[in-house]
Amino acid sequence: MTSLPATAPPKRLGLVIDLDTCVGCQACVVHCKEWNTGGYPAPLSDQDPYGASARGAWLNRVHGFEVGDGADSRTVHFPKSCLHCEDAACVTVCPTGASYKRAEDGIVLVDEELCIGCGLCAWACPYGARELDAGEGVMKKCTLCIDRIYNESLEEVDRIPACVRTCPTGARHFGDLADPASLAARLVAERGGHDLMPEMGYRPTNQYLPPRPRRTAPGHLGAPAALEPAAPQGGFLAWLDRVLSD
Amino acid sequence: MHPSPSIILFTSAAGAGYGLLFLLGLGAAQLLPPTREFGLAGLALALTLISLGLVASLAHLGHPERAWRAISQWRSSWLSREGALALLTFLPALALAFGWVVLERTDGWFALAGVLAALGSAATVWATGMIYASLKPVREWHRPLTAPLYLAFALMSGALLLHLLLALFDAPRAFAGALALVATLLAFGLKAIQWQGIAAEVPASTPETATGLGELGLVRMIEPPHTQTNYLLTELGFRLGRKHATRLRLLAYGLGLGGGALLTLLALAATGWPALLLTALAAAGGLAAIVIERWLFFAEATHTAMLYYGRRTGVAQAGG
Repeated sequence: MTSLPATAPPKRLGLVIDLDTCVGCQACVVHCKEWNTGGYPAPLSDQDPYGASARGAWLNRVHGFEVGDGADSRTVHFPKSCLHCEDAACVTVCPTGASYKRAEDGIVLVDEELCIGCGLCAWACPYGARELDAGEGVMKKCTLCIDRIYNESLEEVDRIPACVRTCPTGARHFGDLADPASLAARLVAERGGHDLMPEMGYRPTNQYLPPRPRRTAPGHLGAPAALEPAAPQGGFLAWLDRVLSD
Repeated sequence: MHPSPSIILFTSAAGAGYGLLFLLGLGAAQLLPPTREFGLAGLALALTLISLGLVASLAHLGHPERAWRAISQWRSSWLSREGALALLTFLPALALAFGWVVLERTDGWFALAGVLAALGSAATVWATGMIYASLKPVREWHRPLTAPLYLAFALMSGALLLHLLLALFDAPRAFAGALALVATLLAFGLKAIQWQGIAAEVPASTPETATGLGELGLVRMIEPPHTQTNYLLTELGFRLGRKHATRLRLLAYGLGLGGGALLTLLALAATGWPALLLTALAAAGGLAAIVIERWLFFAEATHTAMLYYGRRTGVAQAGG
């Protein structure tokens, strides 16, 4: 059934992405592709992968933006995958029941056996989080690595989404956003995490931490507020300095 | 949004078919010729257009063989409701066809079947419109006039076809011509309001709201996430030059108002074969106008996912 769960899921599993620390290395993109092309339930296909017009379905992509102007401008690397919205229109528009939101943890999934590949869910997603797999004819999306996070045959350290596991800068955090004590929820509270496109009203679970304020004052770096004067101040040495400088 | 030929054919052909079925269903008992031949010609044309449209819509699917599943989620999905209503409408339509064509009767239960077929047709076209109107990420579609416009264009094409059929059977047709005229003016009048409303709207979503980085300044893309194209760009990122859009709009107005409305007006004053020729040209012009309108409906629509590619909606059509 593609109606949303009647009551809010007790857990809201999702990602918290730190736009301050992401360096745009694309490792999360590659690990996501690697894990999901080998895992449940069908490969994440590419078309003409070694040719001039390679294209394929990817579930996580990193965009690069420039924000602001002049000396105050900055580069922001911006990873984007499914945000597992609470008010997920991609679920309610689905005509077959293939697209659904789990009542237990809020993860949004596609049952690929039921999907007819009509593409309406991709139209309904404001974030462009869903991509049709041209090889399989069905819609693909981030599963929050549901085949990792509950997988007891993996080491405990690996029971997190592939993108989080692989991030070399610690820019991606996985957790229960409904639990105020979780690291993910605490980061959102401390760093002012925000929704993407709040005006759409989809109430995304994934949160983004804004870049920290730019550190321009010397004090921010632990340096003294001003340099000590190099030239001697007063006395014989000051006289000598003046004479030699002329 | 990608102007997929299968969806354009589906919405315009099925729209015309349902428009005609609507008028045949309502007019069967009183207004229209009760003969078997007229019933056969009218219903065959309507049901062929509807079936052609439904088959075309299957071509759009990744797994057409699973299409039967699409009627199951009518509680939440307008696409599912459209499919269910389309199939349900076949029942009274076929009952009407049985009465009109086989028994040559359009009274009593068969008149009721006609009314039900008309209601089903209107509901199906409304559901088609609501599929688009309910999509918040496409601001050109998420508007109060979108679904009424689908009804207006279906009524326009149905009335033009009915006018042609009545001319073909040399039957009284003033009411159909007048309806075609009014529906054409209504449809393009509403469309003009819709286009004006879209142009005047300041988009609520921008690259700044999409990234949440607005407090730091304007957001520009400096590095796309992939070097080649992808599903999102081809499906949601279709771009149409403003120059072409303007010309196509003028062509749609010209064919719709000049072809559909003006020729219908002339046909109302004509008799014999000139009337037949004029109603045929009016129908051809009106339907061509609707196909162009429908192509623009998709090609000009912008999706908020393209904000992540640095494309602001509202100015996305400025390129090309």
